[in-house]
Amino acid sequence: MSVEQTVEAAPQVIAAGRQPKPESPAGLWLQRHLPKLVLSPSLLAIGVFVYGFIIWTIYLSFTRSKILPVYAFAGTDAHQRLWHTPNWYKALENLAIFGSLYIIICLALGLFLAILIDQKIRGEGMFRPIFLYPMALSFIVTGTAWKWFLNPGYGLQKTVQDWGWASFTFDWITSTDMAIYTVVIAGVWQVSGFVMAMFLAGLRGIDSDMLRAAQIDGASTFNTYRRIVIPQLRPIFLSAFVVLAHMAIKSYDLVVALTGGGPGNATELPATFMYSYTFTRNQMAIGAASAVVMLAIIGAVIIPYLYLELREKKS
Amino acid sequence: MSAAVHAPGLKPGRIVLYALLALFAVFYLLPLFVMIVTSFKSLDEIRLGNMLSLPQQPTTEAWLAAWQTSCIGLTCEGLKGYFWNSIKMVVPAVFISTILGSLNGYVLTKWRFPGHRWIFALMLFGCFIPFQSVLVPMALILGKLGIAGTTAGLVLVHVVYGLGFTTLFFRNYYEAFPNELIRAAQIDGASFFQIFRRIMLPSSGPIIVVTVIFQFTNIWNDFLFGASFASGDSAPMTVALNNLVNTSTGVREYNVYMAAAIIAALPTLLVYIISGRYFVRGLMAGAVKG
Repeated sequence: MSVEQTVEAAPQVIAAGRQPKPESPAGLWLQRHLPKLVLSPSLLAIGVFVYGFIIWTIYLSFTRSKILPVYAFAGTDAHQRLWHTPNWYKALENLAIFGSLYIIICLALGLFLAILIDQKIRGEGMFRPIFLYPMALSFIVTGTAWKWFLNPGYGLQKTVQDWGWASFTFDWITSTDMAIYTVVIAGVWQVSGFVMAMFLAGLRGIDSDMLRAAQIDGASTFNTYRRIVIPQLRPIFLSAFVVLAHMAIKSYDLVVALTGGGPGNATELPATFMYSYTFTRNQMAIGAASAVVMLAIIGAVIIPYLYLELREKKS
Repeated sequence: MSAAVHAPGLKPGRIVLYALLALFAVFYLLPLFVMIVTSFKSLDEIRLGNMLSLPQQPTTEAWLAAWQTSCIGLTCEGLKGYFWNSIKMVVPAVFISTILGSLNGYVLTKWRFPGHRWIFALMLFGCFIPFQSVLVPMALILGKLGIAGTTAGLVLVHVVYGLGFTTLFFRNYYEAFPNELIRAAQIDGASFFQIFRRIMLPSSGPIIVVTVIFQFTNIWNDFLFGASFASGDSAPMTVALNNLVNTSTGVREYNVYMAAAIIAALPTLLVYIISGRYFVRGLMAGAVKG
């Protein structure tokens, strides 16, 4: 079509970029395949370092590797032992508690903050960065800060007691039953602002004509949000859920810095379990088996999501 | 959307609104405030005083100790060496992964071939895997390559596992770039790399900033890889901070810990303050939606 016309019209315009090339077969081959060649180092790297290593780890979970890998096939021995380890159940239970609270509170708080900020407030430029800055911090920094803040002898508990409320106790971080909730608090503190930013972007994208129509019909603010606004934020709920779920499953640094998995094994999570069994308890096969379970859980969340996302873009 | 429900003015609803916002601002700022005031106190003042009170005799001793003389492991030379380790790790890793990501994004949008969607999906899934599932093989291979426990090893690791995200960013950005321009340049005889350098790169400013910030923050804040592959003298900042706080014996120097934590947080915090807008955009793009 118009391509030919462009070619005819173009010659005078073309500057230094164009040299009429003598096309050798090798040159032609190179030209045809150059894009693939450029992509190939990355593909190779991901093929080996992601998928090759995953297969390697899966294989290790079917061996009796202890401090060093051994490659004699040992069937499901390590998997069976993993599922007979009380500590592993503790890790999964904690993941269930931490993960569900972390996701639900972050979603609720994020949405609530986004709605507050979206009320045409003064000082939005001040509040937004205050809610969001923890996301820039390392989980190790967050853990260190909260460990200090929650320290019963120096932190919040002592401060409130000094103010005159002598019987005030807040010693969750040293309590076997409650320590996991301190991980939730610190995690929510770090990430909820990010969820707020996601929801805020969604709110700003909603058609304001519909809202005006609802108001004219006499709907209250609460009802407008419940019936019109929040349903339209569904894709954001989904994205935020996936991001939060995958962060929860991978959570490692925060626990290490905040509680070190303790007291005892009170805040053990699959990620800390995997690390300690692999590198300090010299049960590499069991560690590998636990990593395979983590991968399976993440896959169950991520694969359907990626499928949806990439398919949507096709149409 | 703008909820034009209330007219401006201080109705009771607005007062509640601002009170709530202020309350949450306190929640988010309090830990940072406590960190800062603690880092300027002496240990005696910490022991006797209140966590929230301002330092009576502000001192930078804890900061100097954290930077120069605090003990991490067996050496007592402070964090400065580890800070430098992190810089040496972050700069090349960010640079290489950004370049590769932009080239990958360019190929996957403008030079498509059958199966490009699959390849992208496989790269993308690589972003989300729990790194526990590659940790042992990675340690073994780094050992084989002779870069176990080195900064070079960490750079390799961060480049490889950052590729998915950098490719994602550039792919989504280039997706919207008009194909007609590329076609016209091709007809004019411009080569693959000429098009990339003269047409794609000059208009990639915003996405380069987003990618660099995202990668910088992620890699600087990484702990798992640093702890697994770079023990001892080559450890990055996050690992050194954790060792300082959690494995030291003797008197717990909370003021030093807080100063150390702030030092570890400063680079990413500065990036955030200077370029918050791009920071947020990167985070959002990391949630796949482009």
